[in-house]
Amino acid sequence: MSDAFAFTIDGVEVPARPGQTIMEAADAAGIYIPRLCDHEGLRHQGGCRVCTVKAGGRSVAACTQPAAPGLTVDSETLHIQAMRRDLVEMLFHEGNHLCPICEASGNCELQAMAYRLGMTEPTRFPWLEPCRPVDASHPDIALDTNRCISCGRCIRASQDVDGKGVFGYVGRGIHRRVAVNGPDLAHTDAAVTDFAMSDEVCPVGCILRKGVGFSVPIGERDFDHKLIGQDIEDRHK
Amino acid sequence: MTGARKLRIATVSLAGCFGCHMALLDMDELLIGLMEKVEFDRSPLTDMKTFTRRADVGIIEGGCCNEENVHVLQDFRRNCDVLVALGQCAIMGGLPAMRNAIMHSDDPLRECLEEAYISGPYIRNTTHHVPNDPVLPLVLDRVYASSEVVRIDHQIPGCAPSGRLIHDTLVSLLAGRFHGFDPHSIRFD
Repeated sequence: MSDAFAFTIDGVEVPARPGQTIMEAADAAGIYIPRLCDHEGLRHQGGCRVCTVKAGGRSVAACTQPAAPGLTVDSETLHIQAMRRDLVEMLFHEGNHLCPICEASGNCELQAMAYRLGMTEPTRFPWLEPCRPVDASHPDIALDTNRCISCGRCIRASQDVDGKGVFGYVGRGIHRRVAVNGPDLAHTDAAVTDFAMSDEVCPVGCILRKGVGFSVPIGERDFDHKLIGQDIEDRHK
Repeated sequence: MTGARKLRIATVSLAGCFGCHMALLDMDELLIGLMEKVEFDRSPLTDMKTFTRRADVGIIEGGCCNEENVHVLQDFRRNCDVLVALGQCAIMGGLPAMRNAIMHSDDPLRECLEEAYISGPYIRNTTHHVPNDPVLPLVLDRVYASSEVVRIDHQIPGCAPSGRLIHDTLVSLLAGRFHGFDPHSIRFD
């Protein structure tokens, strides 16, 4: 295509088309930029900022920032890696993320991101330990909002893919949460067959499908065998 | 013995399940090679309840849920050059810390103890009292990760960490060339 152009990520030349974001072009080139709120098939949001890169010296979210001809993007620098690790660590501290008791452990993208980013140093942040509700009203689905990281993937999946709007944001700033559009999940038109309820949409163990919890044992799950993002990196090997 | 002295390791299980100590033994035959380089001082493995001399490495399993845990952890900090938090309970409170997030009433500790000893549906406690013998350590208001109580130098994540991970980390720590974990080896479960 004649209007295709190139830019660089960490010194590697990456081809792109007009309208592609930095992340889309990076994914296609087999370069993984860590992300939590972005998911293939969903509209980009730029909310979690884990995908922050330096583009032309400015900090931008790679999932929403359009690629531009000749743009110089820094992604895997020590500084950016440390900031991403701190961001993910703060997400752990903001909710109640007890991996040993969570049925999503091993399939959890937050946990897998902590593995990939090497979140193993003694922490410097306080534990907020919020008191959040569990909504098990629906016959097929349970919501443990203690684990919600407010990425909004379920909101976009429900609105854009399912055409339902089961979830939405409420509140502002630190109080912003994902909420159910009704008194509880049983009083919405949520169904376990919704894309929003599928195991790929919720990155953590908040949206749980009842009755399948440990059908795959701990130790044999997605991120027990490969790092998060490895499938993207393997695309061009 | 020729060459340098054996390095001394002390271990303790605070608010943990002893699973991390089991994982320590789960090194299998690697333990033989390790024991050529180290000796254990205060530890449940030696049944020594106090330090006989300063230890090079102190290994902490579990967080702090009562005042005795805090005193023991402070004793370890005083008597060990390097403190290693072993497993998720020492690192972030682990399973005992589940009580932190559910205890948001005006008198959460009392409610917790009353449900555990008096009002719970499956309780058979003929005294109808929460145990309060003076020898029982006082339960803390919440469960604290070890790094909230003393300075922790290194962490080995896992629930429990594998014997291989503990071995490799200890060996590189003792040799002074520990530079973090291979991301493939990190587990929080």
